[in-house]
Amino acid sequence: MEAYINGYSSISPQNSFTEEMFLQEPRDYNGVRFLKCVEPQYTGLLDPMAARRMSRIIKMGVTAAMRCLKNAGLEKPGAIITGTGMGCVEDTGRFLSSIYENEEKLLNPTPFIQSTHNTVAATIALMLKCNGYNSTYGHRGFSFETALLDALMLLAEGEADEILAGALDELTPDLFTITDRLGFWKKEPVNNLRLGEYKTHGSIAGEGVAFLALSRNKTEKSVAAITSVRTLFNPEGFDEVEELLKNQAKPNLVILGINGDNEGDRLYQKLRSGIFSNIPALYYKHLCGEYDTSTAFATTLAARIIKDQHVPEIMKTDDHHYGTINNILIYNHLRNRDHSSIVVSSC
Amino acid sequence: MEQLVQKLKEEIITVLNLSEMKPENIDEKAPLFIDGLGLDSIDALELTVLLEKKYGLKINTPEEGKKVLYSVNSLAQFIRENNKG
Amino acid sequence: MSGKVYITGTGIISSTGQNCKEVLDSLLSSRSGIGNLTLIDSVHKDEIPVAEVKASNELLKQLAGVPHRETWSRTSLLGLIAVREALASSGFTDSPGIRKGIISATTVGGMDRTERFYKHFRKNNCHGRLRDVITHDMGDSTEKIAGACGIKDIVTTISTACSSSANSILLGSRLISSGILDMVVAGGADSLTLFTLNGFNSLMILDKRGCKPFDDDRNGLTLGEGAGYLVLESEQSVERSGRKALAVVSGYGNACDAFHQTASSPDGDGAFLSMKKALTRAQLDPSEINYINAHGTGTRNNDLSEGRAIERLFASSVPPFSSTKAYTGHTLGAAGGIEAVFSVMAITEKCIWPSLHFSRPMNELKFVPEGNLIRNANVRNVLSNSFGFGGNNTSLIFTGI
Repeated sequence: MEAYINGYSSISPQNSFTEEMFLQEPRDYNGVRFLKCVEPQYTGLLDPMAARRMSRIIKMGVTAAMRCLKNAGLEKPGAIITGTGMGCVEDTGRFLSSIYENEEKLLNPTPFIQSTHNTVAATIALMLKCNGYNSTYGHRGFSFETALLDALMLLAEGEADEILAGALDELTPDLFTITDRLGFWKKEPVNNLRLGEYKTHGSIAGEGVAFLALSRNKTEKSVAAITSVRTLFNPEGFDEVEELLKNQAKPNLVILGINGDNEGDRLYQKLRSGIFSNIPALYYKHLCGEYDTSTAFATTLAARIIKDQHVPEIMKTDDHHYGTINNILIYNHLRNRDHSSIVVSSC
Repeated sequence: MEQLVQKLKEEIITVLNLSEMKPENIDEKAPLFIDGLGLDSIDALELTVLLEKKYGLKINTPEEGKKVLYSVNSLAQFIRENNKG
Repeated sequence: MSGKVYITGTGIISSTGQNCKEVLDSLLSSRSGIGNLTLIDSVHKDEIPVAEVKASNELLKQLAGVPHRETWSRTSLLGLIAVREALASSGFTDSPGIRKGIISATTVGGMDRTERFYKHFRKNNCHGRLRDVITHDMGDSTEKIAGACGIKDIVTTISTACSSSANSILLGSRLISSGILDMVVAGGADSLTLFTLNGFNSLMILDKRGCKPFDDDRNGLTLGEGAGYLVLESEQSVERSGRKALAVVSGYGNACDAFHQTASSPDGDGAFLSMKKALTRAQLDPSEINYINAHGTGTRNNDLSEGRAIERLFASSVPPFSSTKAYTGHTLGAAGGIEAVFSVMAITEKCIWPSLHFSRPMNELKFVPEGNLIRNANVRNVLSNSFGFGGNNTSLIFTGI
């Protein structure tokens, strides 16, 4: 099963939405413990009436989706599939707060309506009047991967010829505080672009939205293809992880979910001294931070690398030589429980 | 009445987050729903909450709601007629 | 590859019973699970009826076989109980090389614990027990259940509001049919929470008298909780063990209404499309459907929209239909799974479940739901609808063997 990528778009803590060359001039955040998205000016991109109720994540999601479709020259996809680890956190928190503030009386319904995980997928469909297949996956580090798998299956089944697939996660102050208390993040403020250098516990929090326009058949807009998506839940040992990655198409380079956490990153180091020892490795979470659906952003980066046949300096971890890039293997794990691989290939 | 109409316009803009609108853009005679401002059923609920929270007035049936929330004027009239003070 | 999708097991827990036998008994006795809110402390306690699973979290832990000291949300306990029953009833035995998956669904996740956390957290963000917030996300219950049942190959969660677990069954069927998996546990779970109770109340779509689906006097839904799962297997998987299947998933379809964030289109476009897709996949003519288990929440909007869609599709030959939500309440993310179990039971028991609390036909429709239980019915093909916020419409068709 495979799919051609005809367009992509992302809103991230980098200038990925507005600048074509954003990786050449990456945003350097000093003394931070989390990264927030660089949002575009929505005037001109979103109709104010349509956007009147939209929370931040919905605005970002819809905007990135529309830009992705525009890039792909696609007016209306045959299906819309999204993934989100934590869903619409801001509206969930807002409604929860209002329950207690108002003692369960006279509550505004809007944040409740918009707290459901499929709000973005539904809003996109509403704006496009798209009656096609519509689904949303909410499963931690597999949210985007399942959305992709579903898209690949749907294309193979012939249910749709073109699919908009993407993922989104937002960081709110409350979510940061709670995950901080859970010990996910570095205690000391760091510089994001040097994330790989700190050998301390924890990562930096992030957020982002990324969409891909996929098709069953190659078109003139096709820049790359997704040729494999795999997930591995709660492996018992390192050999299971190796097994997941070993039999994939011989990658010219790998993009790893290195996130600066010394314990979690050990796994990537082991792979780099093992089955990936002769393969150049890139990383990306210094650009976007750690969040459940970061692999969606990584996939857009992989598509870009294949399209441009150019590896951005800022993503490199070593001095390997790069020839023609035909296959990129993205491997990520979320707290050593949700492991996934995505292969992006030339087409 | 005019003061109330003005205040209502401001409150509608705030509660419904019509961030690009100003009170002078809203025609108090024009329908709020479907035509005119083009509000929907969720906005109707939000306005119902506003009515009860700020003015202590309840809308009891959907039919009553349709009449009261027809326009800014009808809303203002409802408040004036039922004002307890 | 397009293999048949066999249903070999069912598992359920709802306000009407803690397992398939009890739930079936309630169905046959027309016994609704709707009553007073007892397990959550809410100001609406005495005004809003709900359909609670009649068990505290402590009892659910015992039923689920979960050690007392472990942290489980109510949703995940409900889910595990139903999944365990489904697996046991299927007779499935593992063996090397068999690829297994769990596709679960929820809309509430661990919110029952999160809202307890938030009560304290909002006053001081150093407060609130972390144990109450680590089960919040949708994937938590699925991973807990997957871990308890030893399922690893594909583990994922769908969250599309009230169509969630129907979508689980839809995806599960496709994973079997395409040969990606040999066995899938598919369905969903949701528990009652202050969040959803107040959420639906703020939308003013809760009927304080209890729901009356498809009744002209209906005024809203009644919230419920529970879990419902099917065990789906490939033909090979069933044959190698010589077991008998209960039914097959013969059709499925998902479409987006794309009309409004919460309301359904007046003519039920999304519903019409999802039902049509399901029929096409099942290669069935509308006239071959013997029973429709409708989404039928009891809201003025849904029942009219769904009713119109049924009328458009079936014209003058609307088969016997009912909504079972007057039994179980609207179990949100679990509804599709629970009603899939009811649909399979309708086939195996040869029954048409009644639409409880129905008395006045809707003016707008030319047909009425079945008000009484029908036994010894010819029930071979059952269509089950689940429609969620955001216009997410899913229809499943189950066929007897």
